Amino acid sequence: MPRFWREKQGRYNLVGNRCTNCGTYYFPKRDICPKCHRKSVGKMEPFRFKGTGKVVSWTIVHDPHPDYKDMRPYIMAIIELDEGPKLTAQIVDCALDEIHTGMRVRDTFRKLTEDGKDGVIFYGYKFRPVKE
Amino acid sequence: MRDVYVIGVGITRFGELWERSFRDIGIEAGIKAINDSGIAGDDIDALYIGNMSAGAFINQEHIGALIVDYVGFASSSHIPAVRVEAAGASGAIAFKEAYLSIASGMHDIAVVGGAEKMTDIGDEMANAIQGMVIDQEWETVFGATYASLQAMMARAHMEKYGTTREQLGMVSVINHRHGALNPDAQFQREIKLQTVLNSGYVAEPLRVFDMAPLSDGAASLVLASGDVAKKYTDNPVKVKGIGQASDTISLHDRREICTMDATVHAAKRAYERAGAKPADIDVAEVYDSSTIAEIIAIEDLGFFDKGQGGKAVEDERIALTGEIPVNTSGGLKARGHPVGATGVAQIVEIVKQLRGEADKRQVKDARLGLAHAVGGSGATAVVSILEGSQ
Repeated sequence: MPRFWREKQGRYNLVGNRCTNCGTYYFPKRDICPKCHRKSVGKMEPFRFKGTGKVVSWTIVHDPHPDYKDMRPYIMAIIELDEGPKLTAQIVDCALDEIHTGMRVRDTFRKLTEDGKDGVIFYGYKFRPVKE
Repeated sequence: MRDVYVIGVGITRFGELWERSFRDIGIEAGIKAINDSGIAGDDIDALYIGNMSAGAFINQEHIGALIVDYVGFASSSHIPAVRVEAAGASGAIAFKEAYLSIASGMHDIAVVGGAEKMTDIGDEMANAIQGMVIDQEWETVFGATYASLQAMMARAHMEKYGTTREQLGMVSVINHRHGALNPDAQFQREIKLQTVLNSGYVAEPLRVFDMAPLSDGAASLVLASGDVAKKYTDNPVKVKGIGQASDTISLHDRREICTMDATVHAAKRAYERAGAKPADIDVAEVYDSSTIAEIIAIEDLGFFDKGQGGKAVEDERIALTGEIPVNTSGGLKARGHPVGATGVAQIVEIVKQLRGEADKRQVKDARLGLAHAVGGSGATAVVSILEGSQ
Protein backbone atom coordinates (compact mmCIF):
# COMPACT_ATOMS: atom_id res chain seq x y z
CA MET A 1 0.00 0.00 0.00
CA PRO A 2 1.54 3.35 -0.99
CA ARG A 3 2.73 5.57 1.85
CA PHE A 4 0.42 8.48 0.88
CA TRP A 5 -2.62 6.21 1.38
CA ARG A 6 -1.48 5.38 4.89
CA GLU A 7 -0.85 9.02 5.68
CA LYS A 8 -4.28 10.17 4.60
CA GLN A 9 -6.00 11.46 7.73
CA GLY A 10 -9.46 10.71 6.36
CA ARG A 11 -8.69 7.00 6.53
CA TYR A 12 -8.42 7.10 10.32
CA ASN A 13 -10.74 9.76 11.70
CA LEU A 14 -13.34 10.43 8.98
CA VAL A 15 -12.10 13.87 7.98
CA GLY A 16 -13.57 14.97 4.68
CA ASN A 17 -14.66 18.40 3.60
CA ARG A 18 -17.57 20.69 2.83
CA CYS A 19 -18.14 23.04 -0.08
CA THR A 20 -18.90 26.41 1.49
CA ASN A 21 -20.43 27.59 -1.80
CA CYS A 22 -23.33 25.06 -1.79
CA GLY A 23 -23.01 23.41 1.63
CA THR A 24 -22.53 19.82 0.39
CA TYR A 25 -20.37 17.50 2.52
CA TYR A 26 -17.81 15.17 0.94
CA PHE A 27 -16.06 12.06 2.12
CA PRO A 28 -13.29 11.48 1.15
CA LYS A 29 -12.37 15.12 0.64
CA ARG A 30 -12.56 16.55 -2.86
CA ASP A 31 -10.53 19.48 -4.19
CA ILE A 32 -13.38 20.50 -6.50
CA CYS A 33 -17.12 20.36 -5.70
CA PRO A 34 -18.82 18.39 -8.52
CA LYS A 35 -21.88 20.65 -8.17
CA CYS A 36 -20.13 24.05 -8.13
CA HIS A 37 -16.98 23.33 -10.19
CA ARG A 38 -14.96 26.57 -10.59
CA LYS A 39 -17.00 28.41 -7.96
CA SER A 40 -15.78 25.94 -5.31
CA VAL A 41 -12.07 26.55 -5.86
CA GLY A 42 -10.53 27.66 -2.56
CA LYS A 43 -13.89 27.21 -0.81
CA MET A 44 -13.57 23.59 0.33
CA GLU A 45 -13.24 23.48 4.12
CA PRO A 46 -12.08 20.42 6.14
CA PHE A 47 -14.85 18.75 8.08
CA ARG A 48 -14.75 15.95 10.65
CA PHE A 49 -17.79 13.69 10.42
CA LYS A 50 -19.57 12.55 13.56
CA GLY A 51 -19.07 8.93 12.47
CA THR A 52 -22.69 7.85 12.75
CA GLY A 53 -24.94 6.72 9.94
CA LYS A 54 -27.08 3.92 8.59
CA VAL A 55 -26.62 0.91 6.33
CA VAL A 56 -27.90 1.54 2.77
CA SER A 57 -27.05 -1.91 1.41
CA TRP A 58 -24.91 -4.84 2.56
CA THR A 59 -23.50 -8.21 1.63
CA ILE A 60 -21.72 -11.10 3.29
CA VAL A 61 -18.49 -11.74 1.40
CA HIS A 62 -17.53 -15.41 0.99
CA ASP A 63 -14.99 -15.03 -1.80
CA PRO A 64 -12.78 -12.13 -0.66
CA HIS A 65 -9.74 -10.31 -1.93
CA PRO A 66 -6.62 -12.38 -0.99
CA ASP A 67 -5.72 -9.83 1.73
CA TYR A 68 -9.02 -10.48 3.53
CA LYS A 69 -9.09 -14.29 3.35
CA ASP A 70 -8.65 -14.80 7.08
CA MET A 71 -11.80 -12.81 7.89
CA ARG A 72 -14.29 -14.59 5.70
CA PRO A 73 -17.22 -14.61 5.79
CA TYR A 74 -17.45 -10.91 6.65
CA ILE A 75 -20.02 -8.15 6.20
CA MET A 76 -19.44 -5.26 3.78
CA ALA A 77 -21.85 -2.34 3.62
CA ILE A 78 -22.50 0.96 1.96
CA ILE A 79 -23.13 3.40 4.80
CA GLU A 80 -24.77 6.80 4.57
CA LEU A 81 -23.27 9.16 7.14
CA ASP A 82 -25.75 11.41 8.94
CA GLU A 83 -24.26 14.44 7.18
CA GLY A 84 -25.00 12.89 3.76
CA PRO A 85 -21.94 11.30 2.14
CA LYS A 86 -21.78 7.53 1.62
CA LEU A 87 -18.83 5.20 2.00
CA THR A 88 -17.99 1.49 1.81
CA ALA A 89 -16.78 -0.30 4.95
CA GLN A 90 -16.75 -3.57 6.82
CA ILE A 91 -19.30 -4.05 9.62
CA VAL A 92 -17.79 -5.68 12.73
CA ASP A 93 -19.07 -6.74 16.17
CA CYS A 94 -22.25 -7.81 14.39
CA ALA A 95 -23.63 -11.34 13.96
CA LEU A 96 -24.17 -12.34 10.33
CA ASP A 97 -27.91 -12.76 10.93
CA GLU A 98 -28.28 -9.36 12.62
CA ILE A 99 -27.17 -7.11 9.77
CA HIS A 100 -30.02 -5.33 7.96
CA THR A 101 -30.66 -2.35 5.75
CA GLY A 102 -31.31 0.78 7.81
CA MET A 103 -29.20 -0.47 10.75
CA ARG A 104 -27.65 2.40 12.75
CA VAL A 105 -23.85 2.15 12.84
CA ARG A 106 -20.85 4.17 13.99
CA ASP A 107 -17.18 4.14 13.03
CA THR A 108 -14.45 2.32 14.89
CA PHE A 109 -10.68 2.35 14.38
CA ARG A 110 -9.40 -1.09 13.38
CA LYS A 111 -6.65 -3.00 11.68
CA LEU A 112 -7.48 -3.56 8.00
CA THR A 113 -4.71 -5.76 6.58
CA GLU A 114 -0.97 -6.28 6.78
CA ASP A 115 1.81 -6.38 4.23
CA GLY A 116 2.80 -10.00 4.88
CA LYS A 117 3.86 -11.47 8.24
CA ASP A 118 6.68 -9.01 8.90
CA GLY A 119 5.34 -6.02 6.97
CA VAL A 120 3.52 -2.82 7.80
CA ILE A 121 0.05 -3.11 9.36
CA PHE A 122 -2.64 -1.01 7.72
CA TYR A 123 -5.29 0.64 9.84
CA GLY A 124 -8.53 2.40 9.01
CA TYR A 125 -12.21 2.65 9.81
CA LYS A 126 -14.76 -0.11 10.12
CA PHE A 127 -18.29 0.31 11.46
CA ARG A 128 -20.21 -1.43 14.24
CA PRO A 129 -23.87 -1.48 15.22
CA VAL A 130 -25.18 1.23 17.55
CA LYS A 131 -27.54 -0.15 20.16
CA GLU A 132 -30.79 1.78 19.85
CA MET B 1 -19.46 13.12 -39.98
CA ARG B 2 -19.29 10.33 -42.57
CA ASP B 3 -21.34 7.13 -42.34
CA VAL B 4 -19.42 4.13 -40.99
CA TYR B 5 -20.14 0.44 -41.64
CA VAL B 6 -19.01 -2.85 -40.16
CA ILE B 7 -17.90 -5.02 -43.10
CA GLY B 8 -16.13 -7.88 -41.33
CA VAL B 9 -16.30 -9.80 -38.05
CA GLY B 10 -14.15 -12.48 -36.42
CA ILE B 11 -14.15 -14.21 -33.06
CA THR B 12 -12.26 -17.05 -31.38
CA ARG B 13 -13.81 -19.70 -29.24
CA PHE B 14 -14.05 -18.31 -25.68
CA GLY B 15 -12.97 -20.39 -22.71
CA GLU B 16 -9.90 -21.62 -20.87
CA LEU B 17 -7.48 -21.61 -23.79
CA TRP B 18 -4.39 -22.82 -21.92
CA GLU B 19 -2.63 -24.06 -25.04
CA ARG B 20 -2.81 -20.68 -26.79
CA SER B 21 -1.11 -17.34 -26.14
CA PHE B 22 -2.54 -13.80 -26.08
CA ARG B 23 -1.05 -13.08 -29.48
CA ASP B 24 -2.32 -16.39 -30.93
CA ILE B 25 -5.94 -15.54 -30.14
CA GLY B 26 -5.61 -11.84 -31.06
CA ILE B 27 -4.24 -12.78 -34.49
CA GLU B 28 -6.86 -15.50 -35.06
CA ALA B 29 -9.73 -13.07 -34.48
CA GLY B 30 -8.09 -10.34 -36.59
CA ILE B 31 -7.42 -12.61 -39.56
CA LYS B 32 -10.97 -13.98 -39.43
CA ALA B 33 -12.40 -10.45 -39.54
CA ILE B 34 -10.13 -9.35 -42.38
CA ASN B 35 -10.97 -12.49 -44.40
CA ASP B 36 -14.67 -12.00 -43.70
CA SER B 37 -14.50 -8.42 -45.02
CA GLY B 38 -12.58 -9.28 -48.20
CA ILE B 39 -10.19 -6.35 -47.83
CA ALA B 40 -6.45 -6.69 -48.44
CA GLY B 41 -4.12 -6.05 -45.53
CA ASP B 42 -2.59 -3.07 -47.34
CA ASP B 43 -5.97 -1.31 -47.23
CA ILE B 44 -5.99 -1.02 -43.43
CA ASP B 45 -5.32 2.50 -42.14
CA ALA B 46 -5.29 1.91 -38.37
CA LEU B 47 -5.73 -0.63 -35.59
CA TYR B 48 -7.64 -0.13 -32.33
CA ILE B 49 -7.31 -2.72 -29.56
CA GLY B 50 -9.46 -3.08 -26.44
CA ASN B 51 -7.59 -4.71 -23.56
CA MET B 52 -7.97 -4.25 -19.84
CA SER B 53 -5.04 -5.75 -17.96
CA ALA B 54 -2.52 -7.63 -20.09
CA GLY B 55 0.19 -6.15 -17.87
CA ALA B 56 -1.23 -7.83 -14.80
CA PHE B 57 -2.52 -11.03 -16.44
CA ILE B 58 0.41 -11.90 -18.74
CA ASN B 59 3.11 -9.33 -17.88
CA GLN B 60 2.80 -7.72 -21.29
CA GLU B 61 2.04 -4.06 -21.96
CA HIS B 62 2.37 -2.18 -25.29
CA ILE B 63 -0.44 -4.35 -26.65
CA GLY B 64 -1.12 -2.15 -29.70
CA ALA B 65 2.45 -2.59 -30.92
CA LEU B 66 2.39 -6.34 -30.23
CA ILE B 67 -0.78 -7.00 -32.21
CA VAL B 68 0.01 -4.71 -35.17
CA ASP B 69 3.38 -6.48 -35.45
CA TYR B 70 1.97 -10.02 -35.44
CA VAL B 71 -0.87 -9.25 -37.84
CA GLY B 72 1.96 -8.20 -40.15
CA PHE B 73 1.54 -4.44 -40.56
CA ALA B 74 4.23 -3.04 -38.27
CA SER B 75 7.21 -3.44 -40.58
CA SER B 76 5.29 -3.18 -43.89
CA SER B 77 2.64 -0.43 -43.88
CA HIS B 78 3.64 0.94 -40.45
CA ILE B 79 0.02 1.77 -39.57
CA PRO B 80 -0.78 3.29 -36.17
CA ALA B 81 -2.04 1.04 -33.37
CA VAL B 82 -3.93 2.28 -30.30
CA ARG B 83 -4.73 0.31 -27.16
CA VAL B 84 -7.83 1.42 -25.25
CA GLU B 85 -8.45 0.64 -21.57
CA ALA B 86 -11.75 1.33 -19.84
CA ALA B 87 -12.24 -1.83 -17.76
CA GLY B 88 -15.18 -3.84 -19.17
CA ALA B 89 -15.89 -1.11 -21.71
CA SER B 90 -12.37 -1.32 -23.26
CA GLY B 91 -13.50 -3.13 -26.43
CA ALA B 92 -16.59 -0.94 -26.83
CA ILE B 93 -14.49 2.23 -26.67
CA ALA B 94 -11.91 0.80 -29.08
CA PHE B 95 -14.87 0.33 -31.46
CA LYS B 96 -16.02 3.89 -30.83
CA GLU B 97 -12.54 5.34 -31.44
CA ALA B 98 -12.22 3.40 -34.73
CA TYR B 99 -15.70 4.64 -35.70
CA LEU B 100 -14.69 8.25 -34.97
CA SER B 101 -11.47 7.92 -36.98
CA ILE B 102 -13.49 6.95 -40.06
CA ALA B 103 -16.43 9.30 -39.45
CA SER B 104 -13.99 12.19 -39.18
CA GLY B 105 -12.43 11.38 -42.55
CA MET B 106 -9.02 10.58 -41.11
CA HIS B 107 -9.18 6.89 -42.05
CA ASP B 108 -11.14 4.83 -44.60
CA ILE B 109 -10.64 1.37 -43.10
CA ALA B 110 -9.88 0.56 -39.46
CA VAL B 111 -9.62 -2.79 -37.71
CA VAL B 112 -10.86 -3.17 -34.14
CA GLY B 113 -9.64 -5.93 -31.86
CA GLY B 114 -10.41 -6.93 -28.31
CA ALA B 115 -8.53 -9.56 -26.35
CA GLU B 116 -7.87 -10.78 -22.83
CA LYS B 117 -6.04 -13.81 -21.45
CA MET B 118 -7.22 -14.36 -17.87
CA THR B 119 -6.71 -18.04 -17.08
CA ASP B 120 -2.91 -18.32 -17.23
CA ILE B 121 -2.80 -17.36 -13.53
CA GLY B 122 -4.75 -18.66 -10.53
CA ASP B 123 -8.41 -17.74 -10.03
CA GLU B 124 -7.71 -15.82 -6.83
CA MET B 125 -5.14 -13.59 -8.52
CA ALA B 126 -7.32 -13.22 -11.63
CA ASN B 127 -10.26 -12.08 -9.49
CA ALA B 128 -8.02 -9.57 -7.70
CA ILE B 129 -6.87 -8.16 -11.06
CA GLN B 130 -10.45 -7.91 -12.28
CA GLY B 131 -11.23 -6.09 -9.04
CA MET B 132 -8.74 -3.34 -9.92
CA VAL B 133 -11.52 -1.62 -11.89
CA ILE B 134 -13.27 -0.45 -8.70
CA ASP B 135 -11.84 2.29 -6.42
CA GLN B 136 -8.72 0.74 -4.87
CA GLU B 137 -8.28 3.52 -2.34
CA TRP B 138 -11.84 3.80 -1.00
CA GLU B 139 -13.49 0.45 -1.82
CA THR B 140 -10.96 -2.40 -2.22
CA VAL B 141 -8.73 -1.44 0.68
CA PHE B 142 -11.69 -1.68 3.07
CA GLY B 143 -12.52 -5.21 1.93
CA ALA B 144 -14.83 -4.71 -1.06
CA THR B 145 -14.59 -6.91 -4.15
CA TYR B 146 -16.17 -6.46 -7.58
CA ALA B 147 -18.73 -9.15 -6.74
CA SER B 148 -19.51 -7.59 -3.34
CA LEU B 149 -20.52 -4.34 -5.06
CA GLN B 150 -22.75 -6.26 -7.49
CA ALA B 151 -24.23 -8.01 -4.44
CA MET B 152 -25.08 -4.68 -2.79
CA MET B 153 -26.74 -3.52 -6.02
CA ALA B 154 -28.73 -6.76 -6.02
CA ARG B 155 -29.88 -6.37 -2.42
CA ALA B 156 -30.89 -2.74 -3.00
CA HIS B 157 -32.85 -3.76 -6.12
CA MET B 158 -34.57 -6.61 -4.27
CA GLU B 159 -35.52 -4.40 -1.32
CA LYS B 160 -36.64 -1.45 -3.43
CA TYR B 161 -38.49 -3.23 -6.25
CA GLY B 162 -39.25 -6.71 -4.91
CA THR B 163 -36.90 -8.44 -7.36
CA THR B 164 -36.56 -12.09 -6.30
CA ARG B 165 -33.65 -14.49 -5.95
CA GLU B 166 -35.35 -16.72 -8.56
CA GLN B 167 -35.61 -13.85 -11.07
CA LEU B 168 -31.85 -13.24 -10.72
CA GLY B 169 -31.28 -16.94 -11.31
CA MET B 170 -33.39 -16.92 -14.48
CA VAL B 171 -30.97 -14.44 -16.07
CA SER B 172 -28.28 -17.11 -15.81
CA VAL B 173 -30.65 -19.87 -17.01
CA ILE B 174 -31.66 -17.91 -20.14
CA ASN B 175 -28.08 -16.88 -20.95
CA HIS B 176 -26.93 -20.50 -20.70
CA ARG B 177 -29.86 -21.56 -22.92
CA HIS B 178 -28.65 -19.05 -25.54
CA GLY B 179 -25.00 -20.03 -25.06
CA ALA B 180 -25.94 -23.63 -25.87
CA LEU B 181 -26.77 -22.40 -29.39
CA ASN B 182 -23.46 -20.56 -29.86
CA PRO B 183 -20.52 -22.72 -31.04
CA ASP B 184 -18.04 -20.05 -29.86
CA ALA B 185 -19.42 -19.83 -26.31
CA GLN B 186 -17.40 -20.90 -23.26
CA PHE B 187 -20.40 -22.78 -21.80
CA GLN B 188 -22.64 -24.56 -24.31
CA ARG B 189 -24.82 -26.37 -21.85
CA GLU B 190 -28.26 -25.49 -20.48
CA ILE B 191 -28.62 -25.23 -16.72
CA LYS B 192 -31.56 -25.47 -14.35
CA LEU B 193 -32.66 -22.73 -11.98
CA GLN B 194 -31.83 -25.02 -9.04
CA THR B 195 -28.21 -25.18 -10.24
CA VAL B 196 -27.94 -21.41 -9.83
CA LEU B 197 -29.75 -21.38 -6.48
CA ASN B 198 -27.63 -24.24 -5.09
CA SER B 199 -24.24 -22.91 -6.18
CA GLY B 200 -21.92 -21.50 -3.50
CA TYR B 201 -22.12 -17.92 -2.33
CA VAL B 202 -19.65 -15.39 -3.72
CA ALA B 203 -21.15 -12.40 -1.91
CA GLU B 204 -24.70 -12.79 -0.59
CA PRO B 205 -27.19 -12.82 -2.24
CA LEU B 206 -25.05 -13.58 -5.33
CA ARG B 207 -23.74 -17.07 -6.03
CA VAL B 208 -21.15 -18.55 -8.38
CA PHE B 209 -23.71 -18.99 -11.18
CA ASP B 210 -24.71 -15.32 -10.93
CA MET B 211 -21.24 -14.19 -11.97
CA ALA B 212 -19.57 -14.14 -15.40
CA PRO B 213 -16.58 -16.50 -15.59
CA LEU B 214 -12.89 -15.83 -16.09
CA SER B 215 -12.16 -16.37 -19.77
CA ASP B 216 -9.65 -16.20 -22.59
CA GLY B 217 -10.77 -14.96 -25.96
CA ALA B 218 -10.52 -12.39 -28.72
CA ALA B 219 -12.86 -10.71 -31.19
CA SER B 220 -12.35 -8.39 -34.14
CA LEU B 221 -14.20 -6.09 -36.56
CA VAL B 222 -13.40 -4.32 -39.82
CA LEU B 223 -14.93 -0.85 -40.14
CA ALA B 224 -15.11 1.17 -43.36
CA SER B 225 -16.52 4.40 -44.76
CA GLY B 226 -19.65 4.19 -46.93
CA ASP B 227 -18.02 4.29 -50.37
CA VAL B 228 -15.40 1.72 -49.36
CA ALA B 229 -17.97 -0.56 -47.71
CA LYS B 230 -19.99 -0.74 -50.95
CA LYS B 231 -16.96 -2.13 -52.82
CA TYR B 232 -16.60 -5.08 -50.48
CA THR B 233 -20.07 -6.18 -49.43
CA ASP B 234 -23.74 -5.97 -50.35
CA ASN B 235 -24.67 -6.70 -46.73
CA PRO B 236 -22.99 -3.93 -44.69
CA VAL B 237 -24.12 -3.12 -41.16
CA LYS B 238 -24.36 0.59 -40.46
CA VAL B 239 -23.20 2.13 -37.19
CA LYS B 240 -26.23 4.30 -36.45
CA GLY B 241 -25.14 5.90 -33.20
CA ILE B 242 -22.77 5.45 -30.27
CA GLY B 243 -23.15 7.04 -26.83
CA GLN B 244 -20.64 6.96 -24.00
CA ALA B 245 -21.09 8.32 -20.47
CA SER B 246 -19.36 8.41 -17.09
CA ASP B 247 -20.32 8.23 -13.41
CA THR B 248 -18.41 8.16 -10.12
CA ILE B 249 -15.69 5.50 -9.77
CA SER B 250 -17.04 4.37 -6.37
CA LEU B 251 -20.46 2.74 -6.23
CA HIS B 252 -21.27 4.49 -2.93
CA ASP B 253 -20.96 7.95 -4.51
CA ARG B 254 -23.74 7.34 -7.07
CA ARG B 255 -27.12 9.02 -7.00
CA GLU B 256 -28.70 5.54 -6.86
CA ILE B 257 -26.96 2.23 -6.41
CA CYS B 258 -29.40 0.15 -8.42
CA THR B 259 -29.62 2.46 -11.43
CA MET B 260 -26.58 2.98 -13.64
CA ASP B 261 -26.78 6.63 -14.64
CA ALA B 262 -23.84 6.10 -17.01
CA THR B 263 -25.96 3.57 -18.93
CA VAL B 264 -28.99 5.89 -18.88
CA HIS B 265 -26.99 8.78 -20.34
CA ALA B 266 -25.00 6.67 -22.85
CA ALA B 267 -28.29 5.16 -24.07
CA LYS B 268 -29.96 8.57 -24.40
CA ARG B 269 -27.06 9.81 -26.55
CA ALA B 270 -27.02 6.65 -28.69
CA TYR B 271 -30.80 6.67 -29.25
CA GLU B 272 -30.71 10.37 -30.22
CA ARG B 273 -27.84 9.89 -32.66
CA ALA B 274 -29.51 6.80 -34.16
CA GLY B 275 -32.95 8.43 -34.32
CA ALA B 276 -34.33 5.39 -32.51
CA LYS B 277 -36.18 4.51 -29.33
CA PRO B 278 -35.97 1.43 -27.09
CA ALA B 279 -39.04 -0.18 -28.67
CA ASP B 280 -37.33 -0.10 -32.09
CA ILE B 281 -34.52 -2.43 -30.97
CA ASP B 282 -34.88 -5.99 -32.29
CA VAL B 283 -31.92 -7.63 -30.53
CA ALA B 284 -29.50 -6.53 -27.80
CA GLU B 285 -26.27 -7.63 -26.15
CA VAL B 286 -26.07 -6.20 -22.63
CA TYR B 287 -23.39 -6.30 -19.94
CA ASP B 288 -24.26 -9.16 -17.60
CA SER B 289 -21.08 -9.31 -15.52
CA SER B 290 -23.59 -10.52 -12.92
CA THR B 291 -27.26 -11.45 -13.11
CA ILE B 292 -28.29 -8.22 -11.35
CA ALA B 293 -26.23 -6.22 -13.87
CA GLU B 294 -28.41 -7.59 -16.69
CA ILE B 295 -31.66 -6.75 -14.87
CA ILE B 296 -30.42 -3.20 -14.21
CA ALA B 297 -29.26 -2.89 -17.84
CA ILE B 298 -32.56 -3.87 -19.45
CA GLU B 299 -34.28 -1.24 -17.29
CA ASP B 300 -31.73 1.54 -17.78
CA LEU B 301 -31.67 0.94 -21.57
CA GLY B 302 -35.43 1.60 -21.58
CA PHE B 303 -36.59 -1.89 -22.59
CA PHE B 304 -38.62 -2.17 -19.36
CA ASP B 305 -39.74 0.28 -16.67
CA LYS B 306 -37.45 0.77 -13.67
CA GLY B 307 -38.06 -2.02 -11.22
CA GLN B 308 -39.75 -4.30 -13.77
CA GLY B 309 -36.57 -5.98 -15.06
CA GLY B 310 -36.82 -8.98 -12.74
CA LYS B 311 -40.43 -9.67 -13.75
CA ALA B 312 -39.51 -9.28 -17.44
CA VAL B 313 -36.82 -11.94 -17.02
CA GLU B 314 -39.19 -14.25 -15.13
CA ASP B 315 -41.70 -13.90 -17.99
CA GLU B 316 -38.87 -14.66 -20.46
CA ARG B 317 -39.54 -11.48 -22.42
CA ILE B 318 -35.76 -11.27 -23.06
CA ALA B 319 -35.37 -14.87 -24.24
CA LEU B 320 -34.81 -15.74 -27.90
CA THR B 321 -38.55 -16.37 -28.12
CA GLY B 322 -39.47 -13.13 -26.30
CA GLU B 323 -40.28 -9.65 -27.55
CA ILE B 324 -36.71 -8.29 -27.15
CA PRO B 325 -34.12 -11.08 -27.26
CA VAL B 326 -31.16 -10.14 -25.04
CA ASN B 327 -27.73 -11.78 -25.04
CA THR B 328 -28.42 -14.25 -27.83
CA SER B 329 -24.69 -15.06 -27.76
CA GLY B 330 -25.04 -16.34 -24.19
CA GLY B 331 -23.91 -13.00 -22.76
CA LEU B 332 -20.92 -12.58 -20.52
CA LYS B 333 -22.22 -15.44 -18.36
CA ALA B 334 -22.26 -18.21 -21.00
CA ARG B 335 -20.33 -16.88 -24.02
CA GLY B 336 -17.56 -15.95 -21.59
CA HIS B 337 -16.02 -12.69 -20.45
CA PRO B 338 -12.42 -12.06 -21.53
CA VAL B 339 -12.82 -8.48 -20.34
CA GLY B 340 -11.07 -6.51 -23.12
CA ALA B 341 -12.71 -8.66 -25.81
CA THR B 342 -16.26 -8.42 -24.46
CA GLY B 343 -17.27 -5.07 -25.99
CA VAL B 344 -16.04 -6.23 -29.41
CA ALA B 345 -17.63 -9.69 -29.09
CA GLN B 346 -20.99 -8.00 -28.41
CA ILE B 347 -20.73 -6.08 -31.72
CA VAL B 348 -19.73 -9.32 -33.52
CA GLU B 349 -22.95 -10.95 -32.26
CA ILE B 350 -25.12 -7.98 -33.24
CA VAL B 351 -23.57 -7.88 -36.74
CA LYS B 352 -24.20 -11.63 -37.19
CA GLN B 353 -27.83 -11.12 -36.14
CA LEU B 354 -28.33 -8.14 -38.48
CA ARG B 355 -26.78 -10.01 -41.40
CA GLY B 356 -29.02 -13.01 -40.73
CA GLU B 357 -26.01 -15.24 -39.97
CA ALA B 358 -26.77 -16.20 -36.36
CA ASP B 359 -27.88 -19.71 -37.31
CA LYS B 360 -29.81 -21.50 -34.51
CA ARG B 361 -30.02 -18.37 -32.40
CA GLN B 362 -31.14 -16.06 -35.25
CA VAL B 363 -33.71 -13.42 -34.27
CA LYS B 364 -36.22 -13.27 -37.12
CA ASP B 365 -36.16 -10.08 -39.21
CA ALA B 366 -33.65 -8.36 -36.91
CA ARG B 367 -32.94 -4.92 -38.38
CA LEU B 368 -31.84 -2.74 -35.45
CA GLY B 369 -29.42 -4.05 -32.80
CA LEU B 370 -27.92 -2.59 -29.63
CA ALA B 371 -24.74 -3.38 -27.69
CA HIS B 372 -24.14 -2.18 -24.13
CA ALA B 373 -20.86 -2.36 -22.23
CA VAL B 374 -19.98 -1.22 -18.72
CA GLY B 375 -16.67 -0.43 -17.06
CA GLY B 376 -16.23 -1.15 -13.35
CA SER B 377 -19.33 -1.06 -11.20
CA GLY B 378 -20.88 1.48 -13.60
CA ALA B 379 -18.36 4.34 -13.89
CA THR B 380 -18.23 3.96 -17.69
CA ALA B 381 -20.95 2.88 -20.10
CA VAL B 382 -21.10 2.64 -23.88
CA VAL B 383 -24.20 2.00 -25.97
CA SER B 384 -23.90 1.32 -29.70
CA ILE B 385 -26.80 0.99 -32.14
CA LEU B 386 -26.33 -0.76 -35.48
CA GLU B 387 -28.63 -1.25 -38.47
CA GLY B 388 -28.66 -4.10 -40.94
CA SER B 389 -29.24 -3.59 -44.65
CA GLN B 390 -31.65 -6.48 -45.17
